[in-house]
Amino acid sequence: MSVERLQALLRGAFPEAEECDIADRTGTGDHFHVLVVDKQFHGMPLLEQHRAVNTALAEALEDGTIHELRISTRGAA
Amino acid sequence: MSELQERIRKTVEGEPIVVFIKGTPQFLGCGNSGRALDALRSVGASAVTIDVLPDPQIRQDLTALYGWPTIPQVFVKGELVGGADIVEELAASGELATEIDKRLGEGGRNGGDERVVELAEGTGSPFRVVS
Repeated sequence: MSVERLQALLRGAFPEAEECDIADRTGTGDHFHVLVVDKQFHGMPLLEQHRAVNTALAEALEDGTIHELRISTRGAA
Repeated sequence: MSELQERIRKTVEGEPIVVFIKGTPQFLGCGNSGRALDALRSVGASAVTIDVLPDPQIRQDLTALYGWPTIPQVFVKGELVGGADIVEELAASGELATEIDKRLGEGGRNGGDERVVELAEGTGSPFRVVS
């Protein structure tokens, strides 16, 4: 699964996100860092914010495309 | 629920702080497992660790039970707190200490020794202490 495909999955899951990016941390296409800034995260426990990102990328986590996933989330201003 | 799932659940619910990691605190198989343990240590909390590497089924059953796809996974008083990014962020903001105190009360962060627990087959006990 390409980075573009992962990006598309994220954008589909967070259509109103202020920021929604996925970076290939190591250049090897399997270690990623996701940043999502979305107003829906306001007041949401961190666990649930990260859960939403995991859910968006569930298929790629399941099939091994993503070996490591770092997540940064926050509520948009 | 499979027998292994039952053992996982008993351990998670029976120990104050449980962290599923790759490897052991002494021989980490992944930097993120170390980050989670360091975050806990930074607030004086010591955990029971379980290595998921010896049997892929442990990770599969763990994910099936708690709906979290990645390792490490940190549990306090039977509830998932999160992975490495979450506990690191909570430690930095001061919320990790607050949350542990809320769930475990006084003595929840006594800086005791970490323990390694192995999920063993058919011992009758939910876990076996190996170190």
